[in-house]
Amino acid sequence: MLRACLRGANATARKNYRRIPLTSLQQCRHYTAGESSSASKVVVAGLLTVSGGIGGTVLYAKWDHKFRAAVEKNVPYSDWLLGLALGPAAQDPGLPIKKRVELAQPPSMIEKQVKKEGAEGPVKDSSPAPSQPAQSLEAPAEASQEASAEATHIISAIGEVPSVPAPCDTEAAAVKECNECHEHKEATAVHPASTEPMKERPVEEVAARLAQQEQEEQDISASVSASLEDSLASSAKATLQAIGAQEAALQAIMQHTDKLKEAMEAEVLPEEKSNQWKDLEAALADRTTALNDARAALLKANESLDSLRSVIDESKGLKISSVRPLVLAAEENLHNMVVDLDKMVMKVQSAESEAKIVSQYSELVNEAKRQFQREVSSLTPEIQANWKGLTGKLSTDDLNALIAHAHRRIDQLNRELAEQKVREKIHIDAALEQQKLEDQKALDNAVNTALQHVKEDARLDQERKLAELREVMEAEMRTQLRRQAAAHTDHVQDVLKVQEHELKAEAEQVLSSKMLEQETRYRQLTQEQLDNFTLDMNTAYARLKGVEEAIDSHVVAEDEARKAHQLWLSVEALSYSLKTAEADVPTVPLENAAQAVRDSCRDNDFALALASALPEKSLQRGVYSEASLRARFNSLRSLARRVALIDESRNSLYQYFLSYLQAALLFEKSQEAPPSQLSSEDLDPFKLLSYASYCLEHGDLELAAKLVNQLRGEARRVVEDWLIEARLTLETRQVVNLLSAYANAVGLGTTQAP
Amino acid sequence: MSEKAANEHARKWDRCLADTAVKTVTGLGVGIVFSLIVFKRRAWPLSFGSGLGLGMGYSNCQHDFRSPYLIHGRMVKVSAQCNFHCLSEVCDTRSHHAA
Repeated sequence: MLRACLRGANATARKNYRRIPLTSLQQCRHYTAGESSSASKVVVAGLLTVSGGIGGTVLYAKWDHKFRAAVEKNVPYSDWLLGLALGPAAQDPGLPIKKRVELAQPPSMIEKQVKKEGAEGPVKDSSPAPSQPAQSLEAPAEASQEASAEATHIISAIGEVPSVPAPCDTEAAAVKECNECHEHKEATAVHPASTEPMKERPVEEVAARLAQQEQEEQDISASVSASLEDSLASSAKATLQAIGAQEAALQAIMQHTDKLKEAMEAEVLPEEKSNQWKDLEAALADRTTALNDARAALLKANESLDSLRSVIDESKGLKISSVRPLVLAAEENLHNMVVDLDKMVMKVQSAESEAKIVSQYSELVNEAKRQFQREVSSLTPEIQANWKGLTGKLSTDDLNALIAHAHRRIDQLNRELAEQKVREKIHIDAALEQQKLEDQKALDNAVNTALQHVKEDARLDQERKLAELREVMEAEMRTQLRRQAAAHTDHVQDVLKVQEHELKAEAEQVLSSKMLEQETRYRQLTQEQLDNFTLDMNTAYARLKGVEEAIDSHVVAEDEARKAHQLWLSVEALSYSLKTAEADVPTVPLENAAQAVRDSCRDNDFALALASALPEKSLQRGVYSEASLRARFNSLRSLARRVALIDESRNSLYQYFLSYLQAALLFEKSQEAPPSQLSSEDLDPFKLLSYASYCLEHGDLELAAKLVNQLRGEARRVVEDWLIEARLTLETRQVVNLLSAYANAVGLGTTQAP
Repeated sequence: MSEKAANEHARKWDRCLADTAVKTVTGLGVGIVFSLIVFKRRAWPLSFGSGLGLGMGYSNCQHDFRSPYLIHGRMVKVSAQCNFHCLSEVCDTRSHHAA
């Protein structure tokens, strides 16, 4: 059946194939010329494909780093090729900038720390400059990373560092300036030596000066007041004199006027008339002398008043405040005197004017009388002097002539009267005019004098008011100064109090600290003594205890020795029972021996724990010997080799085939010494198995088990049983070794001489 | 019992080969029958049947060798309460790997 099928298949294949050669031959004829070219085309195409593949791989690896890593891992020499084409694989570009900044930052920070510790001005000047560009990097780096507290301190200090040199510089500058100032001060101190002491000790000097000034002022004011008083007195005297003289003059004038009036109007006897005339002359003489006296006195008074004024002006020029009221008073006195004098002068003048009128009138009358006398004498030359006494001597002719003359005179007088009456108005007007003029003059004079007096009054008032105001202000200033002084004293008191407090506190603090020191020292000494005593006591006690313990331990030690001996015997029995294993047959169950061990160490926790640490299986079933395990391992090795490629992910039958192929084709050393440290290459199952064989051959079951433990996958499953057995054996052997070591040690310990 | 693992391997192979042989032959037989009765003495049912048998045997063998590594999962219903930390194990009875 199969043959038929095969024949059929062959036939169909041949049929199909027959068609092809015809066409292919035909085609081949066409292609015979290009047969070589087709081959070359194929070659070229193949080369292109390969190169394109490689180039594409390289490009994609350049773009995608994970792909590059995968390719390098899987394809053997691709890492060399890719390294050649693209350069070494770049790190993750996420953190390099920050890392560089980090690296840059700590050295600069350390730099700054060092510089800070140095704390030199010029160094600081240089450090802010390099810190400036670093600061710009620091800002983003800071944001990205969390700086430690130290770093923040340093960074904040860096922020301060640029500012620190500035005050340092300004301080230096200020210091320099201060030095310069000191120099200047010293220089200036040299030149004005006179001002130096005043500046240094102002208070006393100022007080002295003030006192001196006051003294001077007082002196001056005293002198001024003296002079003023003198001049006032003199002027007052003179003025009074003048006023007296003026009064006298006035009196004299009035007397004279009265007398004159009397003489004019009174009809008295001729003898009395001559007396009257004599009195009148005497009065006139009195008047003239009085007037002269008055004028002289007035001149003197004016002189003294002028001198007083000059003195007042001088004292005003001194501008000393204490003098002012005196000056003011003097001025007032002067003014009063001037006023009185003027009044008196005016009175005298008015009296004089009156007297003038009266004298004029008397002159007129005298003139008329003289004229009449002349007329009478001319008429009657014989009649002499007093015609009234001649009434009996005269003749009728003379009388008639006299009467005719009298009548003529009467007519003349009547005519003159009529004329006078006519010219009355004109004369009156002229007289009025004259009077007006005189009145005007008098008025002007009076007004001027009054104005002057008023001005003077006003000025004196003003001065008085100024003086008052000055006094008031002076008083106010004094009160303010007093207040300031009071405040100053208060402040000084407060400051003194505070200082007192402070000093007290300081002193107390010092005292307390000294006291504390002394106390602590005292306590220290007492404590030391106590400690020494305690130490001695402790040592003595410890020694006593030691002696006691030694004695006790002897007893205990003997007991222990006996127990140890027993333990040792039982452990020896256990270890002997381990040796009963034969090839492929486990040992006897170790239960009995373990029980014996447990019995012999009932109160020894360590040995008890060890005895109970024996695995259960060894107790029940026993353990295999190392030799049997070795033998089994050799058979297992080949199986493990055969399934080396199989694990959880690769376990199809094809993998099994490959694994078998590998085992057939791969040759490794049957035994190889394992290295002290296993690298990842050594985890290859074949190597592990050879290492394990070596270990087993050299009796190191433990290491062999460890190495076999590194197998993975199906190989591991295959050797699992062996591994368990090996573990069991190892465990038991370890426990037994420990127990025997312990027993030996205990035995040795107990047999040791004290 | 001490050599269970090692022997198991050999036993598996025994079973495997025997099973495959039996299946192949059975398939061939069935193929012959079908070829004779249904398909007019064609060749293809033979190859088909033997191939079928061989394939089944191969598959069984593979499954037998894989059996230690198979993970049997089960679907766990997600409760309405847990939101972010729900556990939903995907059931995967066979781990398919590139051969």
